[in-house]
Amino acid sequence: MSRGIQTPEMKAENAAKTPLLEVRHLKKYFPIYKGMLRKLVNQVRAVDDVSFNVREGETLGLVGESGCGKTTVSRCILRAIEPSNGEILFREDNDQVTDLAKLDRAGLRRFRPQMQMIFQDPFGSLNPRMTIFEIISEPLYVNGMKSKTEREDHVSELLRLVGLRAEYMARYPHAFSGGQRQRIGIARALALNPRLVVADEPVSALDVSVQAQVLNLMLDLQQKLNLTYLFVAHDLSVVKHISDRVCVMYVGKIVEMAATAELFAVPRHPYTAALMMAVPVPDPSSRHIIQDLPGEVASPANPPSGCYFHPRCQYATEICSTKTPELREITPDHFVSCHRAEELNLAGIQETKGE
Amino acid sequence: MVTTTQNFKTAAGSLANEPLLKVEDLKAYFFMDEGTVRAVDGVSFEVQPGKVIGIVGESGCGKSVTMKAILQILEPGAKIVNGKVTLRSRIRHGDPNSPEELVELTKLGRNSRAMRRIRGAEIALIPQEPMAAFSPVHTVGNQIMETILLHQDVSKKEARQIAIDVFRAVGISMPEQRIDSFSWQLSGGLRQRAIIAMALSCNPRLLIADEPTTAIDVTTQAQILKLLRKLQEERQTSIIFITHDLGVIAQMADDVVVMYLGMVMEKGPVRKIFKDAKHPYTQALLRSIPSVQSQSRVKLPTIAGSIAHPFNRPKGCPFHPRCTHFMRGVCDVSQPTLTQVDDDHFVSCFLYAEAGKAVPVMEITR
Repeated sequence: MSRGIQTPEMKAENAAKTPLLEVRHLKKYFPIYKGMLRKLVNQVRAVDDVSFNVREGETLGLVGESGCGKTTVSRCILRAIEPSNGEILFREDNDQVTDLAKLDRAGLRRFRPQMQMIFQDPFGSLNPRMTIFEIISEPLYVNGMKSKTEREDHVSELLRLVGLRAEYMARYPHAFSGGQRQRIGIARALALNPRLVVADEPVSALDVSVQAQVLNLMLDLQQKLNLTYLFVAHDLSVVKHISDRVCVMYVGKIVEMAATAELFAVPRHPYTAALMMAVPVPDPSSRHIIQDLPGEVASPANPPSGCYFHPRCQYATEICSTKTPELREITPDHFVSCHRAEELNLAGIQETKGE
Repeated sequence: MVTTTQNFKTAAGSLANEPLLKVEDLKAYFFMDEGTVRAVDGVSFEVQPGKVIGIVGESGCGKSVTMKAILQILEPGAKIVNGKVTLRSRIRHGDPNSPEELVELTKLGRNSRAMRRIRGAEIALIPQEPMAAFSPVHTVGNQIMETILLHQDVSKKEARQIAIDVFRAVGISMPEQRIDSFSWQLSGGLRQRAIIAMALSCNPRLLIADEPTTAIDVTTQAQILKLLRKLQEERQTSIIFITHDLGVIAQMADDVVVMYLGMVMEKGPVRKIFKDAKHPYTQALLRSIPSVQSQSRVKLPTIAGSIAHPFNRPKGCPFHPRCTHFMRGVCDVSQPTLTQVDDDHFVSCFLYAEAGKAVPVMEITR
């Protein structure tokens, strides 16, 4: 089931090709109705004109605080919820590009096996009344593998792949710990040889000592199977650990997008910098680092004028409250939506030498 | 339950060197049909006045149960079976200005007058879920005033003023209006601030913060941590800070207690724990967390296996099945005890047990 390990040349070649997934001007508005006549009074702009692409074989991290729309973006891509507007371009194996946003249920069926999801809650995402075999083999059955022995072989291979024993397949989810359940969820996602895996907070419900195991497994599988990840999380340290590129969202919009090392070393958007400063560093000798950002995340139903971040931004000027900044490329492959990106000199995070 | 005067040692002057709270060999078990869960199994630590002590551990390590046992608010079915919790108390007789005396909390009945006086007034709790902690049908102000009226001899009007003042102290803007709102009208950050205001309303000397920032965003978390640090410095309140986030511990705590499956694995000053951890569990835990300061896309060292189910707790050292320094015939046979490795640094591991001195009693049968 392996597609072979990628050599650096192959990676470079892939990067030059059209991306695996390209999202253009994606919008998702949730209506707010009021009164007996269900009059439309307002809209929650959960995702407000988001464009980015995911290259084959890479991990794109999507970070932001609660309510920034990161989960909505990931669900829209899988068409688990209907986007209001925009294009979701997916490139198939034969280089044919299709806009998923325009397909109906029947048309989507061909694409479903190629895009899978790993869920946040390993307790809620596995049916307690199904055995592990039933859970993992269901997608195989639905997609045409009717022979039970064939499915059993496949499931045992998948279980071994995620580091579990094949004998476990007769058991029910309650017999497993959180980390093991998350491995089962990963096995299910991989059952159909997907090309794109959307992982929505896959480790945030796990204990610290188990998080590292699951992160390592995801890195391993990516190399073995040439997977492409869209990794959604709120934890900057986890996102930094797993991503090639990172996309920072704030109130439904992308504020900054760049390669991981660059983003963390030289953030260009004040929000990115503030977010990094707010992370408590596990080092008691750098205590001064906690710096808070005044105020609270704006409401996507009633966002501020101009740049959505301006009421909390210490660098805000007049233009910030009147004109909405565009996402623009200020250095190659580094996108920022801030009027003052060039003039600001923001502090990033210094990497400490790993032991 | 009747409390006798024997529980109170009145010795003015000599208390200055005593810790504010002293927990000795505390054991709290859950007795259930399926068996007994030893949720807290011999925990000892001290809280010095004006210090922040961090308790770290993963799920099921007994950190929250320890706090509930101290406050005697354990769920039915759970019981303190052993141990002593001593508090330097001022208000045994209801007067906050009476001289300090040592009160053994474990000897007080859970619903006794003395215990109820201590809860809220001397030891206050900041619970984990700010949404669940407030009643949705009363205004936050009324709930805070209820606490104040219970512990202080003031009129309703004065209580309201005190509530407004603490609201202001925790950085809530427009406190006069906000005090009349319901908890569900407040945002996550404000609700957390209101909970902190409630805990502070009676000027407690010890604050127990049980994962106060797990449910909120990073930028709000930074605000709350900063606020707690400021209040702690201004009021000289001691704080027991419970969390699984090592970053928060490093930023907040003076001393750290590391727990695993109901037992203390290691305790010491924060710098020693982070820079010179002795216990294999602490070392492995520190190595396995991804940090914003570490390199990306490299494999993390992991701790093998997962936390044991409380019913099948491993015999001997609870960490031995996952430990890389496991010694057959030692770690799986008997339980290590806390051993001093430095002035103020204690480890519970056979690697540091001196021959003849610290190897403890073999197998405790129950």
